[in-house]
Amino acid sequence: MTQLPLWTAIAPAAILAVTALLLLVVDAVDPDTDSSNLLAGLAVLGTLASIGVTGWYLLSGTGQPPTDPITLFRGALVVDGMSLFFTALVGSVVVLIVLASYDYLADHPYQAEYYTLVMLAATGMSLMASANSLATAFISLELASLPSYALVASLKHNRGSVEAGLKYFLIGALSSAVFAYGISLVYAASGSLRFADVATAAAGTPLVGILGLGIVFVAGGFAFKTASVPFHFWAPEAYEGAPSPVSAFLSSASKAAGFVLLFRVFVEAFPQTAVAGAIDWAVAFQVLAVVTMTVGNFAAATQDKVKRMLAYSSIGHAGYVLIAVAALTGDANQSFVLGSGMAHLLVYGFMNTGAFLFIALTEYWDVGRTFEDFNGLAKQAPFACAAMTIFLFSLAGLPFGGGFLSKFYLLMASVNGGVAILAVALVVNSALSLYYYTRVVRAMWIEEPNGDLEVEGYPTGLYAAIAVAAVMTVLLLPAFGPVAEIANTAASALV
Amino acid sequence: MVLIEGILAVTLVSAFVVFFAPDRYAGKLATGLSLIPVAGSLYMYANFAGSGNALLGDDLAYETMTTWFEVGGYALNWHVGVDGISLPLLVLTTVLTTLALVSSWTPIDDRESQFYGLMLLMEVALIGVFTALDFFVWFVFWEGVLIPMYFLIGIWGGPRRKYAAIKFLVYTNVASLIMFIGLFALVFGLGDSLTSLDIPAIAQGVRGGELGALAGIQPDTLKLVAFLAMFAGFAVKVPVVPFHTWLPDAHVEAPTPVSVVLAGVLLKMGTYALLRFNFTMLADVARALALPIAALGVVSVIYGAMLALAQRDLKRIVAYSSISSMGYVILGLVAFTPHGMGGATFQMISHGLISGLMFMAVGVIYNATHTRMVGDMSGMADRMPWTVGIFVAAAFGYMGLPLMSGFAAEVLVFIGSFQSTVIPFATVLTALAMFGIVVVAGYLLWAMQRTLFGPYSLETDYDVGRAPFHDVAPLAVLLVLVIALGVAPDLFYAMIQDAVDPLLGGGV
Repeated sequence: MTQLPLWTAIAPAAILAVTALLLLVVDAVDPDTDSSNLLAGLAVLGTLASIGVTGWYLLSGTGQPPTDPITLFRGALVVDGMSLFFTALVGSVVVLIVLASYDYLADHPYQAEYYTLVMLAATGMSLMASANSLATAFISLELASLPSYALVASLKHNRGSVEAGLKYFLIGALSSAVFAYGISLVYAASGSLRFADVATAAAGTPLVGILGLGIVFVAGGFAFKTASVPFHFWAPEAYEGAPSPVSAFLSSASKAAGFVLLFRVFVEAFPQTAVAGAIDWAVAFQVLAVVTMTVGNFAAATQDKVKRMLAYSSIGHAGYVLIAVAALTGDANQSFVLGSGMAHLLVYGFMNTGAFLFIALTEYWDVGRTFEDFNGLAKQAPFACAAMTIFLFSLAGLPFGGGFLSKFYLLMASVNGGVAILAVALVVNSALSLYYYTRVVRAMWIEEPNGDLEVEGYPTGLYAAIAVAAVMTVLLLPAFGPVAEIANTAASALV
Repeated sequence: MVLIEGILAVTLVSAFVVFFAPDRYAGKLATGLSLIPVAGSLYMYANFAGSGNALLGDDLAYETMTTWFEVGGYALNWHVGVDGISLPLLVLTTVLTTLALVSSWTPIDDRESQFYGLMLLMEVALIGVFTALDFFVWFVFWEGVLIPMYFLIGIWGGPRRKYAAIKFLVYTNVASLIMFIGLFALVFGLGDSLTSLDIPAIAQGVRGGELGALAGIQPDTLKLVAFLAMFAGFAVKVPVVPFHTWLPDAHVEAPTPVSVVLAGVLLKMGTYALLRFNFTMLADVARALALPIAALGVVSVIYGAMLALAQRDLKRIVAYSSISSMGYVILGLVAFTPHGMGGATFQMISHGLISGLMFMAVGVIYNATHTRMVGDMSGMADRMPWTVGIFVAAAFGYMGLPLMSGFAAEVLVFIGSFQSTVIPFATVLTALAMFGIVVVAGYLLWAMQRTLFGPYSLETDYDVGRAPFHDVAPLAVLLVLVIALGVAPDLFYAMIQDAVDPLLGGGV
């Protein structure tokens, strides 16, 4: 069997980038094209190709044990189980987003630009999963962030969208600066940017204070990208103002990309044994995890707009995933703990994207934004409402979808790491979340319609995306085992 | 054998078929399809060849065990099977669901396919609860009951249905999570000696004294904590006073057929789980706490009966009397005598049938009169002789008339708790509990006297006449079953006793 050249390891991200460029070419050749068929079709095909290659690599064992991870460009990028897992995750979300955008953007004037930005952001996110040096980490983070700012503001004539984009951009710029400053401090203390070298140098550095400060700043950058406390304030604004497919994109794929970078940086560059003198970050993340999930859930419980509720609940879920880092204590089964976070992100990628796409559907119908506006929707659109019900109950952790098992995994992980407070916080917050998720379910199925609500048309793309997300959410309950196994194997290569 | 999987699969597929069926046919289609699980469970009953208790490694009937996947060092298996405790409950579930479906034909006239689909979905979850033997699988079914019930109360319920539905959902879900934590205290306490979440494996590990210290908590304390957490979780489902406040709301708001399943089967989930988890795994803690638990049972009996006495709504009367009847189950279980535990399990079946019968009878009267208030009607016997006749028979069953299943169950419980060497002051507590029967007789006779007999009077625009055949037929079937079990308790009691006996030996 001949071996592919080494550079092809980065093909999944490269395909996404090429697709983005192709979309620009199409737009350049025929700038007046009104047909979004070509654009959306190209974007879907490109992403599917990328997923296909990723899946092939993942199943054929590229860069995974027993072979070593493939490193490229002098170790600046790495392709291993974890990077492939998250590239597949990002790709799956992007397919759903593009499918949904096809209807959502039917009359949008800048479609080519929109799809290009989505593909570029996806490229950045998959590169984040492969980053192996603080420099590529920063660059890929920016490549993911810059198109996102524009995407949030892409409804140019909608004040909310523009305002959300501006807020997102300002806080994003600030946190990028914080992140870059953190990197410079780490470089000052360790003299290296590559993760493995940072870890080696950090263990012997005399500048523990600077190193500790650098780690805190780097963590701040991740807190922004993952919408974790204390850098979470932008999230509800941005998610609410942005077009709903973009909200789904940001709260699922972008968050997952932030987390994979966080996992890699803290496990590879700042392993606890190496930076023990500078900072005990497990404790810091324990506090962050509990605060993030509690703040997110309590804020979600008090919202009166559905999209905003979902935005805050998304902050709560960031708190759940933080358990995967916070429980990385000395006596924990590290690959299992890390794998539980990865598995939750994958399930979350489908159920949360699905929930936001349902919101996109209601925006398409001009249903309105408050819980009351959803009253009686199930009579008009039972299928979509049934899918939404699955998403919400799975998000709440009832055993109606993969969300139950992935939360169960996180619970086991927190106990495994000996941090019982995380387990308690997870259970209490899940119980609370059922209350506010049920408000949507009640509005859709139980309340009487308000009157003049008329559902016109059943957009194919949106429906298809929601259906795929719902099927995946349910399937991930019985099929969770293999997924978790892949996640654990990928994590085991790291720790 | 894949019989249990077959029943689950057929019922699940039926639920989806009915969900997409036109409203006009939904009721009859659902009823017809639900006969398949009935036939399946009766076949299982007829060919039952198990012996002993499922949790103690004895011979199970229709057992399947396949490995599924692993989480954090614990194997999750698809493990189902029945013993003499779960099989009667399985039969009760399938039979009562079918009868409840028939009794829905008259009152349910809105979004019918969704209603019947959800009823069948709930049946799937209930069958799963009584047959699953892996904790993970079991918990999926356990929580799976909540969702259909939430919709059934919330969409088709009475005026305060939204409040009742959310109260039911949040109350019982929080209870499940508390129970979940309690069980996992045991799982983690067992440490490396446990390699799966198999319920029999957990039970045998705990009973075998393999529980170790967890995070500095000594095994004895750990057992106590786990017991209390699980007891609190299950007590809400039963419900035991003072965790009962969700029940009257849910019952009164739920449509009649849903009340039938709620009282007939859902409450048994709580007592079944108490028997399986608390009284089997942690029998020594249960024995140590026998007095407070028995006292809770007696309080439930008396307080529930007193509450029923104060009601004016026929349905509320039946609902509160359930609290009373389930109190007997608690008292019987904690007695740790053959008759106590066996009688308690028999009472689960008996109460399932009788309370279902009572709710259905109230429902038939309500369908005709559109009122359930004791003061509003009288002399219903003149207009609906068949319904009223069955109602009276059911009420006598509730009061413990001999040759009906309620008598057999209660006598067994009383004998069992009277003989108990575990409960201090067992004789006094039993005597107190027996006083509950007097109160039950009091309020049922009072209510029947006012509503059923005397001259007919009812201010209504509805033409009150004999109920249609399909309304009365399920009542008749249930009455036959109640009498059959009263005359020949051994139809179920023998297998129950066989499964309960191993729990009493061994001196754990």
